[in-house]
Amino acid sequence: MNLDLQLIWAGLIATAVLLYVTLDGFDLGIGILFPFAKTPGERDVMMNTIAPVWDGNETWLVLGGGGLLAAFPLAYSVLMPALYLPILLMLAGLILRGVAFEFRFRARDRGRKFWTQMFAGGSILTAVAQGLVLGGFIQGVTVRDERFAGGQFDWLTPYTLLVAAGLVAGYALLGGAWLMMKTKDNLHGDARRWTGVAALAVTGLLAAVSVATLAIHPRVAARWGFDLHDGFALELADLLPLLPIPLLGLIGLGVIFVMSRKGSHRWPFVGALLVFLSGYLGLAAGFAPYIVPYALNFRQAAAPDNALGLMLVGTTAILPMILAYTGWVYWVFRGKIDEEAGYHH
Amino acid sequence: MDFDALLLSRLQFAFTISFHILFPAFTIGLAAYLAVLEGLWLWTKREAFKVLYLFWVKIFALSFGMGVVSGVVLSYQFGTNWSEFIRLTGGVIGPLLAYEVLTAFFLEASFLGVMLFGWKKVGPKLHFASTVLVAVGTTISAFWILSANSWMQTPQGFQILADGRFEATDYMQVIFNPSFPTRLAHMLLAAFLTTGLVVGAASAFRLLKDRAAGVKTEGWTESRISLVMAVGLIAVLAPLQLVAGHASGEVTHKYQPSKTAAIEGYWETRADQPLHLFGIPDREAQKNHLEVSIPGVGNLIQGVRKDEVITGLDQYAREDQPPPFIPFFGFRIMVGLGILMIGLGAWGAVLILRKRIFDSPMFLRFAVLMGPSGFIAVLAGWMVTEVGRQPWVVYGVLKTRDAVSPVIASQVATSLIAYIAVYSVVFTAGAIFILRLMAEGPVAAVSEPPPRGQRPPGTPLAKAPDDTTPDGPDGVLGGPR
Repeated sequence: MNLDLQLIWAGLIATAVLLYVTLDGFDLGIGILFPFAKTPGERDVMMNTIAPVWDGNETWLVLGGGGLLAAFPLAYSVLMPALYLPILLMLAGLILRGVAFEFRFRARDRGRKFWTQMFAGGSILTAVAQGLVLGGFIQGVTVRDERFAGGQFDWLTPYTLLVAAGLVAGYALLGGAWLMMKTKDNLHGDARRWTGVAALAVTGLLAAVSVATLAIHPRVAARWGFDLHDGFALELADLLPLLPIPLLGLIGLGVIFVMSRKGSHRWPFVGALLVFLSGYLGLAAGFAPYIVPYALNFRQAAAPDNALGLMLVGTTAILPMILAYTGWVYWVFRGKIDEEAGYHH
Repeated sequence: MDFDALLLSRLQFAFTISFHILFPAFTIGLAAYLAVLEGLWLWTKREAFKVLYLFWVKIFALSFGMGVVSGVVLSYQFGTNWSEFIRLTGGVIGPLLAYEVLTAFFLEASFLGVMLFGWKKVGPKLHFASTVLVAVGTTISAFWILSANSWMQTPQGFQILADGRFEATDYMQVIFNPSFPTRLAHMLLAAFLTTGLVVGAASAFRLLKDRAAGVKTEGWTESRISLVMAVGLIAVLAPLQLVAGHASGEVTHKYQPSKTAAIEGYWETRADQPLHLFGIPDREAQKNHLEVSIPGVGNLIQGVRKDEVITGLDQYAREDQPPPFIPFFGFRIMVGLGILMIGLGAWGAVLILRKRIFDSPMFLRFAVLMGPSGFIAVLAGWMVTEVGRQPWVVYGVLKTRDAVSPVIASQVATSLIAYIAVYSVVFTAGAIFILRLMAEGPVAAVSEPPPRGQRPPGTPLAKAPDDTTPDGPDGVLGGPR
């Protein structure tokens, strides 16, 4: 049996990144919504909805990064220096947010206020930086002789700032919908309002990012059947097979709005997941099979087959176990959280 | 000195990894200690073990959190600052790092949630299993990271392709490279010792404080139990560490002669080397100043015959010599502290056997003083091994200067300053929280604080959240509405 190891690994890394974005997405969303909470008690509850799981969620980021390093070292070695400063910002944000989980409960008075702000600030910083990384990735990096050959601020453009705004709104949406599921009473009501506002922002920003992507990237536009080079031309044969992707996003938004109004606690989160899935697939459709858009495809960037094979053996055995015990942990901590059920240890 | 991207990247890596290593060095041992405590509690049903567990798990959570965030930084720094290293060797060591994430990180991170927050959600056996899995995860993590690092010290099982990239020819040889077994043993023992020293110091501090306050304690109190456990561990492991360290040194002598020469201060290649106890190695002059030596025992220490020639730094062009200062002194600091640890263990063991350990303020003070020595020894040891490998990043194969990213110096300087700023805030706060808990001691830290009104002023709070009110300290961000 001959496995296409490179293709399998491209799929696995893509899945790891998607899992990271959705799982840590709602964690980061909690931090983004933190400043809007009405009382310290509400903030405690918000944090407690994710305290037992955030660490596992964040590990998908390490798998995404570590997997890219291991399976596509060339892509990793090109992208990381190209996105040096946004990655630095992301790491700084992750540090501040990560320790805030423990420190905030231990601190007194002023310290507690400080770590509350660091949790919110760190989450927002992380989300913005990830948006810059994503935007910088889509708009492409300069590659010469298999090395990054651009400038240190290449990633800073109006387009990447727009993507960053979109991602912050997206994470706030995930966070709000997560809270609708996990909380009750007043906080649930707040979460419902936040989710509605975030969903409106996402609708606008997602549309803006989509148009901007087509505008700055003729090759992405061509994938979607648009030719914006001279005038405007549309190739329906290219567009039609891809239309289910934006449709999925619209269904997701519809689910959020309709089901919130009907008082559902769970469906808005499902809707938010659909929106993220649609955005993710939409991007992938724009640049696959490139792993550094329009400079390196995943086959050029792949590690030797024996490395990919060795890792696949372990992954096939271990990944199902990881998914199983992750699921178990979520099941253990299922249900609504209220102020009395606070997890202090 | 030229502050180029290479030097700044090296400083940055040294800074971030030195901070990071302190936490795994502590949490590997502490996770195992917690598993032992919980196991003893389940088995004997003695409340003291549970109190100790609940106390040390708080410190574990703080340390683990800091270890996680500083570790994420490292995994991305390979790419941001050492992208050429990854471009060239990623195909060989990448799978080792990927296996670390798959087999260790997920295990630790997932079961940590149950361990910290699951007391009322799962039964005691499942909770115990979670603690054990976290401990297993931290050890597996050490396995892979030591394997990758040891491969950089003693590389084998690979070939270099025409384009300069590395490819593994035999992963068993890559993973189980020559220096790996001894270095893993040395590191795991160091981790257990570090934990033992901290637990011992915190317990001794508590007992001294009770003594000073005139509190008479009888029987097996929490601090007494943990002191005896810690001292017993040190008494057994500190001598073992000497053996493991020596074995590791012999492998270094065989595979990394330039590192051994730098550690021992050997400038001259000769038989019958002396043992330099002190000296100030000087690369400019190619000799040691103020040398204090014992002639005739250098070869013995290296475990080779007296007439065998031991390589000196004169065998290497000056730019291929490791900078000798840090390996030379780092090694002496590590060994000196190791000897003190053996002394602590031996003294403590004698006192335990004579049933006088709780009545010796001298010993208790010594134990408190030795609390941080494990951390210092670990740092010194890692500096010896990493600086001693220079100028190579993969010994004898890839130079550090050829491993750095194509980034400009100002960018690296910016990030270095940012890391120093963020780390100062985070790790100062973390250290304060941990020391504050240790000062409270296990019993006070795990018991419920009295209600606000009945608390004497200045009482340390174990549980800050109880202390907040809607318009309280937390109310500023966003503001009470």
